[in-house]
Amino acid sequence: MKAYNKILMIVAALSLGLLFLFPMWKIYLEAPQYPEGLELHIWVNKLAGSSESVLQNFNILNHYIGMEPIHAESFKELKVMPYVIAFFMVTGVIIALIGKRRLVLYWTSLLMVAGAVGIADFYMWLHKFGTNLNPEAPIKVPGMTYIPPLLGNKQLLNFDALSLPGLGSLGVFLAVLLAGLVYYFSRRSAASSAYTRHLNSVLV
Amino acid sequence: METLINKLKKAAPRATLLMALAAGSTLQSCGDPDTKGNAKDDAVASNAAEAVYVAPGEHDELYSFLSGGFNGQVSVYGLPSGRLLKIIPVFTQFAENGYGYNEESKAMLQTSHGFVPWDDLHHPKLSRTDGMADGRWLFVNGNNTPRVARVDLKTFETVEIMEIPNSAGNHCSPYPTNNNEYVLAGTRFSVPLDMKGGTQDVSLSDYKDKFRGSISFIKVDPEHGDMELDFQILVPGFDYDLANGGKGPSNDWVFFTTYNTEKSATLKELGASQNDRDYLAAINWKLAAKYAAEGKAKEMPANYYHNKMDHGSHTAKSTVKKTVRYLLPEDCPGMMYLLPAPKSPHGIDVDPTGEYMVVNGKLASSLPVFSFSKMQKAIEDKDFDGEVNGIPVLKYESVLKGEVKEPGLGPLHTEFDGKGNAYSTMFVSSEVVKWSLEDLQVKDRMPVYYSPGHLMIPGGDTREPYGKYMVVMNKITKDRFLPTGPELMHSAQLIDISGEKMKMILDFPTVAEPHYAQAIKADLVAPNSVKFFKLDENTHPEAVKNEKDVSMTRNGRTVKVNMTSIRSHFTPDNIEGVQVGDTVLFHVTNLEQDWDVPHGFAVMGANNAETLIMPGATQTLRWVPKQAGIFPFYCTDFCSALHQEMQGYVRVSPRGSNVPITFSTGEKKPVPPASASVN
Ligand SMILES: [Cu+2]
Repeated sequence: MKAYNKILMIVAALSLGLLFLFPMWKIYLEAPQYPEGLELHIWVNKLAGSSESVLQNFNILNHYIGMEPIHAESFKELKVMPYVIAFFMVTGVIIALIGKRRLVLYWTSLLMVAGAVGIADFYMWLHKFGTNLNPEAPIKVPGMTYIPPLLGNKQLLNFDALSLPGLGSLGVFLAVLLAGLVYYFSRRSAASSAYTRHLNSVLV
Repeated sequence: METLINKLKKAAPRATLLMALAAGSTLQSCGDPDTKGNAKDDAVASNAAEAVYVAPGEHDELYSFLSGGFNGQVSVYGLPSGRLLKIIPVFTQFAENGYGYNEESKAMLQTSHGFVPWDDLHHPKLSRTDGMADGRWLFVNGNNTPRVARVDLKTFETVEIMEIPNSAGNHCSPYPTNNNEYVLAGTRFSVPLDMKGGTQDVSLSDYKDKFRGSISFIKVDPEHGDMELDFQILVPGFDYDLANGGKGPSNDWVFFTTYNTEKSATLKELGASQNDRDYLAAINWKLAAKYAAEGKAKEMPANYYHNKMDHGSHTAKSTVKKTVRYLLPEDCPGMMYLLPAPKSPHGIDVDPTGEYMVVNGKLASSLPVFSFSKMQKAIEDKDFDGEVNGIPVLKYESVLKGEVKEPGLGPLHTEFDGKGNAYSTMFVSSEVVKWSLEDLQVKDRMPVYYSPGHLMIPGGDTREPYGKYMVVMNKITKDRFLPTGPELMHSAQLIDISGEKMKMILDFPTVAEPHYAQAIKADLVAPNSVKFFKLDENTHPEAVKNEKDVSMTRNGRTVKVNMTSIRSHFTPDNIEGVQVGDTVLFHVTNLEQDWDVPHGFAVMGANNAETLIMPGATQTLRWVPKQAGIFPFYCTDFCSALHQEMQGYVRVSPRGSNVPITFSTGEKKPVPPASASVN
């Protein structure tokens, strides 16, 4: 791999760091009583929101429909994910330094699989929270579930819920894109370096 | 009786003069039908509705703070819409939110006379930075039991009340200097000071010899606004009516109108109306502060309360102050001068440039305008006309810029538009008169309904008035609104002053008796408004920040219930073990961390009021049950779809019963739907 490919690969690995700087997903709720809106921000390692106490306010509203309170502790994923991301960042840098094209492919594929697993997991917990309702809930609407949309918007009683990836997700997208480019660009240089190696062996 | 009749006889020619003036005024205005008519709508501008229309959901341009007079409150109205935005209780108990009833705020109303849950609130004054309202605090006076209070404009709550010793009728109060170095408070009534902070037991016929007034200098902490009585000046025994500070060249000065320079103790409506000229007292506050700092101040015993609300615990504490420092004008040359002012002057208003002092002589037929530079020159030249208690009296002619001739009847107050015009209220002739500071000629007049007291132009007492609107506060409202029995709300009239002619654009009822008002651009206040108190920062000793930690404890005959409220339940909501005659203290913490979600707490039969707990705060309701039985409590502020279900029960057993203390919410151990510690 040429130097610029290595640098690009390092950038790919480091762009995952965006996950530590920005939320990876955002759920926006809007209702007549909440003209200013309520935002739940899902980070790689925590749950937060547009205001400090947003989680408490989500839970107060959710308790009327019997939804289990959402706590950061409810998600083991939030404990594991930072390590997974750190793993990808470190291995990405190491692969860049080694400069083996094949490793780039493995790394990228694994990252894509991890991303898909993440989205599936996210969908599952949305589903779990939206359907696992306390039968004694004060407000019961026959046939109603409260699964927020994975992507896009949906009306949930008086709330308009909108779900969109946050800037943190851009990190994963960039990492896959850049590593893919590294893989693609290093094809020629890999061929030429194989040729050089061959020449060298012949000469020696 | 004999003397009374004599006095009335003496007064008769004056009454005739007033009537003549009234006639004159009518004649004079008849020639100008555009500006004054009898029909009440003549003066209303055709585009009035448009000028004051603020669409639903839109915000007003300005906040205005109107004093509530005898209701002891401040009411906040949006301008130009005239919408009532809030009532802030200051010197009064307020059952609506428990102010002065709950255990946390009772201390705010403590005085050296005990608990005084009422006062007569006359003048709101906004804190200042560089001579301009800065939107941080509002200072107000309590007239009856002399007090000065500070309202924090982040929360719109009263956070400090200080009693003023050696004062009676705290009327010329509270006037902040241009950077809040001092808030000044002058006594309306002079009293025989006993030099121990109280008054002497003397005969009222000794008024002339024994009565004195005081002017208090309250220091304001530049960062937090906390007040402290630095020193007082003991002044001659007149009545001190109103005050106003200088600006620009007159920055270091503050002016007080006086009446009863006759020093009459009885039937003051006559006794205090004999002298053709009373005084405008001018005090160099910077020099006074310097004298006090240099050790010219003496100290005397005193006894006054200083009550402060703590930010974190939302609990007021009282401190009793035992001394006060004072200056005597005779010891402090150059600190104080008297300017002769015709006759029983009321308002004193300094124009935006700081050069002109307008003295509103309520019984005078002309409106004198003094010049600050002339006053300085007269002091330099020692242009004196005698002295009173060692205070030099300046010559009237030497300080006078001129008089506004025939301004109307009964001038009370003047404000300025920043474009060289002054506007004066005429109490007797019920009008506002616009005149020019330059040539002292009347430019326009407008009838107002009826008998105006103060008027207010937003920033009209600052360097740069916002000369678009004027609010005139009127004392009599009959026939303006639908009748409501013998008592009618007072009226405020909003007048457009942006053009050459005044245009009336709105008329709205106000709460109790508004005296003065102040207004400020909304942008200076709205962004700092607190939406809720952070539970983490709640330092109330009885606060419960998580439903798991609620408790109930008995200590002798006092039962403490440390409980929580959140949409839509209390924890606990079943309470047993209370006995007849116990003092039950409900310490309720509102766990909400959301804007506009207070919860109320009320118990059947409680002998006080509800308490309304702001999100993140703790408040305490005291209750002494007098009979056994079941007593419901509930949330009083409609907080959610299940507000009506937000209730609970206290079981009260006879004295000496063996029902144990138990408390619960729900069948199982309560698990909060949301705990505040989550993040
Ligand atoms: Cu409630």
